[in-house]
Amino acid sequence: MAEYATHEYDVLVIGAGGAGLRAAVEASAQGVKTALVCKSLLGKAHTVMAEGGIAAALGNIYEEDNWQVHFRDTMRGGKMVNNWRMAQLHAQEAPDRVYELETWGALFDRTKDGKISQRPFGGHRFDRLAHVGDRTGLEMIRTLQQHAVHKGMDVFMETTISTLVKDGDRISGAVGYVRESGDIIVFKAKAVVLATGGIGKAFKVTSNSWEYTGDGHSLAYAVGADLIDMEFVQFHPTGMVWPPSVRGILVTEGVRGDGGTLRNSENERFMFNYIPEFFKAETADTIEEADRWYDDKVNNRRTPDLLPRDEVARAINAEVKAGRGSPHGGVFLDIASRQSADYIRRRLPSMHHQFKRLADVDITQEPMEVGPTCHYMMGGVRVDPDTAASTVPGLFAAGECAGGMHGANRLGGNSLSDLLVFGRRAGLGAAEYAQGVSGALNVASSDVDASVADMLAHFERDGSENPYKVQQDLQETMQSLVGIIRQESELAEAIDKIAALKERAKNTGVEGNRQYNPGWHLAMDLRSLLTVSEAIARAAHTRRESRGAHTRDDYPTTSDEFSEVNVVVKQQPDGGMNISQEPLAQMPDDLAKVFEEANVA
Amino acid sequence: MPDVTLNIFRGDSNGGEFVEYKVEVDEGQVILDVVHTIQATQANDLAVRWNCKAGKCGSCSAEVNGHPRLMCMTRMNLFPEGEPISIAPIKTFPLVRDLVTDVSFNYEVAKEIPAFKPRDPETDTGYRLQQMDVERGQEFRKCIECFLCQNVCHVIRDHPENKERFYGPRFFVRLAELDMHPLDTEDRTELIRKAAGVGMCNITKCCTEVCPEDIHITDNAIIPLKERVADEYYDPLRWIFRKLSGR
Repeated sequence: MAEYATHEYDVLVIGAGGAGLRAAVEASAQGVKTALVCKSLLGKAHTVMAEGGIAAALGNIYEEDNWQVHFRDTMRGGKMVNNWRMAQLHAQEAPDRVYELETWGALFDRTKDGKISQRPFGGHRFDRLAHVGDRTGLEMIRTLQQHAVHKGMDVFMETTISTLVKDGDRISGAVGYVRESGDIIVFKAKAVVLATGGIGKAFKVTSNSWEYTGDGHSLAYAVGADLIDMEFVQFHPTGMVWPPSVRGILVTEGVRGDGGTLRNSENERFMFNYIPEFFKAETADTIEEADRWYDDKVNNRRTPDLLPRDEVARAINAEVKAGRGSPHGGVFLDIASRQSADYIRRRLPSMHHQFKRLADVDITQEPMEVGPTCHYMMGGVRVDPDTAASTVPGLFAAGECAGGMHGANRLGGNSLSDLLVFGRRAGLGAAEYAQGVSGALNVASSDVDASVADMLAHFERDGSENPYKVQQDLQETMQSLVGIIRQESELAEAIDKIAALKERAKNTGVEGNRQYNPGWHLAMDLRSLLTVSEAIARAAHTRRESRGAHTRDDYPTTSDEFSEVNVVVKQQPDGGMNISQEPLAQMPDDLAKVFEEANVA
Repeated sequence: MPDVTLNIFRGDSNGGEFVEYKVEVDEGQVILDVVHTIQATQANDLAVRWNCKAGKCGSCSAEVNGHPRLMCMTRMNLFPEGEPISIAPIKTFPLVRDLVTDVSFNYEVAKEIPAFKPRDPETDTGYRLQQMDVERGQEFRKCIECFLCQNVCHVIRDHPENKERFYGPRFFVRLAELDMHPLDTEDRTELIRKAAGVGMCNITKCCTEVCPEDIHITDNAIIPLKERVADEYYDPLRWIFRKLSGR
């Protein structure tokens, strides 16, 4: 029998980035007993790194903007396989969520007439991102954090959930460990909200931190929830490439929004050569029009530098492959020759600081070197758009670990707004569900014991496998075989390699004791990483077409067949991974009209 | 690049010692990279906090060669070749293990500060504010909560017992931010004077020197708070007014 403390709540929120904090605030406001559990200290979650802004059709710069245009941009950015209802709710509710942040203390940059300023970003028709310089994520998480601590919820910091527990078909609790002490902790909860973020640590070059190991995806999968869109992994086009130690660190799209352009080694603005048919009608095809667009977005079409991220990442990849890359295997991103040093320092202070400190590059004087970096997971837990409920009763999901909202590719700025809109909805959905649960739910001690045995097993092995080495090999595998450009044979090879890595992960041993032991933590995170990696590789293998962030060398175009389906990942009763294709939800006719209307073309 | 020798503190609340590691360093690396290399190859259980590795989250504070720094923003080329580098946990907070300390004091203080209380918006599309007015608060909201300022503040570094009656520079920044927030309506002057103990700061500016976000903690946050308290409590005219009005 394991020793542990048990805590009882109505709603347990796992993850304290934007989505988790917003969910916990909402659940708490509904009067249910709420706990917030997070892997790091409060305020350090990945949201803090978001730079550019929160996409919301406030219409402060262009009155022509409205939720329909935002909805349309989002769906087209996602190559039309987004869940239409999520995209609709997101576009409709984002403005209120932004204004709400202001009443909680956020200080956004302003327009001349005192409204919230908005900046242009890739794939957005109009200037749409509410921002605070290039540190919008910090502003958002701090605002939510400072608001949340006065709302009467309990916060369990540096605590990791490793298993969800069910009573019959319903969620009834969770088992995890406290990093600081290594103690086991058990939660009894009527409803659980997953807000655990992404999976970036499955890849070698990533903008994501150690926390991003797909915990929520894997926890949901293990209790029988559906995952969708797992083949869609976003590679942000602009990560740092030099020096090696900073490879992958994000360079905000705001650099291009504020006038920066991509150039190859021949000093050519190469994006004009990569305008896809799908975006031709709305993209400038001359440098003159592209440059006019920055000041007049009604009468000019968008610069191809700000095509959606999947298009730009592929273009950079192709330029480097063709031998027109920068000295360290990226391309040039130049804002120095386009804007004054003052402007750059004011609009992009943290980029200026980051390059100066980490790369000895002064971005007000010289171009940056950038290249694609694994940034965001479009795929995740399949949820009901209105309530964020998963297919397992009592289990909810919001933010990056939920699937559907962004389809095949997310637009920049749509993540922070997603966190707020669906964080709130998940908190509300979970609270209402919890209020409707009658009778006591049971967390069986046999379930807890099994989970604890699993966690502690790492100390009893001979330690023949180093968890860091297994993670490194997984990252190499995913980077080289399941990266930006994919093909059948490589994906099949990846699936085999992941199976072998799973066997190795079973033999990971750890040194030291249970107190704040990163080797042990990683050994446990590996299980999630391997589950999501397998799901990504299998879903990518299944989708025999190229769409959004999923590019198949062997199927280079979109196919009608796959434009109608989600790839669904689900655990089989025998523990194997089942992959199926299910029809997409059908958009109602009145919404479909948005795509025909001239004023939003 | 050559091998580097690092002396890293290993231990817990029962004590510990500096352990020597030799490690190969790659071009452009920061201290945190090197700590990660050691963790992956020589000491899997070496405890260290980190998240963003880009100076944005404030998790990886430590004392490198005695200087409080973010490990992720400290380049290896800062140090003379051939000389060993020491890394120790920040000192003001109780040690958990190796480079990790218990910073819960800060989260407790954060709860004590009365919440932001805005005036009503003048329109249904939010407030109208001038950029100049938000910029004052934005300087303070750059804070990444690395707690390096708390670490070097000798009011609490050398006198842990003062934590009972002194919030520390991080929270003077927070209080100044609220005080100068263009929308906030709450008066926290009494808290600033008493519970937060702003009077105990003797303006040595140690906090300002170590701030990785270059926030002018002393000049822009602490001194205005001290002036606010002096105006309210020690201005003779106001003192008489308070006596007469019974406020």
